[in-house]
Amino acid sequence: LHDLDAAAASQSFKLPDLKYDFGALEPAISAQIMEIHYTKHHQTYVTNLNATLEQYAEAEHKGDVAKMIALQGAIKFNGGGHVNHTLFWENLSPNGGGEPTGAIGDAITKKWGSFDAFKKDMSATTAAVQGSGWGWLAFDPKAKDIKIVTCANQDPCSTTGCVPLLGIDVWEHAYYLDYKNVRPDYLNAIWSVVNWETVGARFDAAK
Amino acid sequence: GAMVRQAAVTALAALALLGAFHAAAAQNLPLPPLPYDYNALEPVIDEETMRTHHLAHHKGYTDKLNAALGELREDSQHKHLAKLGVDNLLHRLDQVPSRLRGAIRNNGGGYVNHDLFWKSMRPPTEGNAPQPGSRFTRAIDRDFGSFEAWKATFTASALSVFGSGWAWVVVNDAGELAVVTTPNQDAPDLPPVLGLDVWEHAYYLKYKNRRAEYIEGFYRLIDWDAAEARLASLTDRTEL
Repeated sequence: LHDLDAAAASQSFKLPDLKYDFGALEPAISAQIMEIHYTKHHQTYVTNLNATLEQYAEAEHKGDVAKMIALQGAIKFNGGGHVNHTLFWENLSPNGGGEPTGAIGDAITKKWGSFDAFKKDMSATTAAVQGSGWGWLAFDPKAKDIKIVTCANQDPCSTTGCVPLLGIDVWEHAYYLDYKNVRPDYLNAIWSVVNWETVGARFDAAK
Repeated sequence: GAMVRQAAVTALAALALLGAFHAAAAQNLPLPPLPYDYNALEPVIDEETMRTHHLAHHKGYTDKLNAALGELREDSQHKHLAKLGVDNLLHRLDQVPSRLRGAIRNNGGGYVNHDLFWKSMRPPTEGNAPQPGSRFTRAIDRDFGSFEAWKATFTASALSVFGSGWAWVVVNDAGELAVVTTPNQDAPDLPPVLGLDVWEHAYYLKYKNRRAEYIEGFYRLIDWDAAEARLASLTDRTEL
């Protein structure tokens, strides 16, 4: 999240670099989806976040609290969209898949009994999200344990009080061109590109 | 004597079982048919979208609604709710047992919303607009100032939906029109006369992220005559 800190300082957020080509996650996620998802959807969140924050700064300068409050929805939508997608690109990789090892692997096995049981739970829970939203494997700092949470729209994982470890986007734009309405097929496929290195590092930092 | 009685009992039991099966099957709501061919809304809405939207999405809501209603009928305390009709049930969700509320809200909503959506559209025409002097035109002029003003409001509302949802033209008891939006498959509080699905599945195959283009195309599809008929049936007898 270094990019987000730097951006905050310069008051202008940017689309983060994608560490792989658009086609790198095929066949789980097509190049067509990756290109539109990154260059259109994520870019729009960044553009709109910057525009909203400009308006917010102006309102704050004028002491227009009503306006500041009115803008909070747009900050949540677009800011959440930017945060979520930044995490998403990083927790996917063409070298991903397989099973997690290390501390995160142990934590998953301890909690669910097996990696397969965890995968089944996360797929089912994420598939059940109504409308647009995200499924997260997250760390609950109060319970000092990992859990699966879901969020609506672009509400960031932090709104649940948890630290995001692994995010799966289930807005229709994330999978529709490849899987149409069959969200479970997308969820089945995405495990082959999950970047457990990144997920593990996030867990190590959070616990 | 005894054998005949035994046979009669067996036959009656079989009939009762068949009757119960038929009753359950007869109670299942059907997938409302599309009022036109799957390619009829081209080029505004492509055939592949119409097929997937109707046969996968709308069918999915139908099947899950029937399952939820089936469960409701098993609940002796609440089975009367299953006789209300889906529209009424959607306005009495607080009475539905909490374990079924979400399923009824989402799938019942999906069921009726898509039925109205198909009926809100007809094959595209240029310059598509309500008939001059019609009840609808008079209501739009009175409640929005002009057709163009109504269109601008409807476009802005449809664009403003964040995530999944719908844009509606609804009518109140006094016959006044309003534009509202609802999230996911939620039903509007007031009865709708036309609706536009802005879930991504409604437009993504053809328009990708370009929702504004899809909304612009919708105006060529609106079945104003059908909307007028719905407005007439919902409005009280008082003349505008």
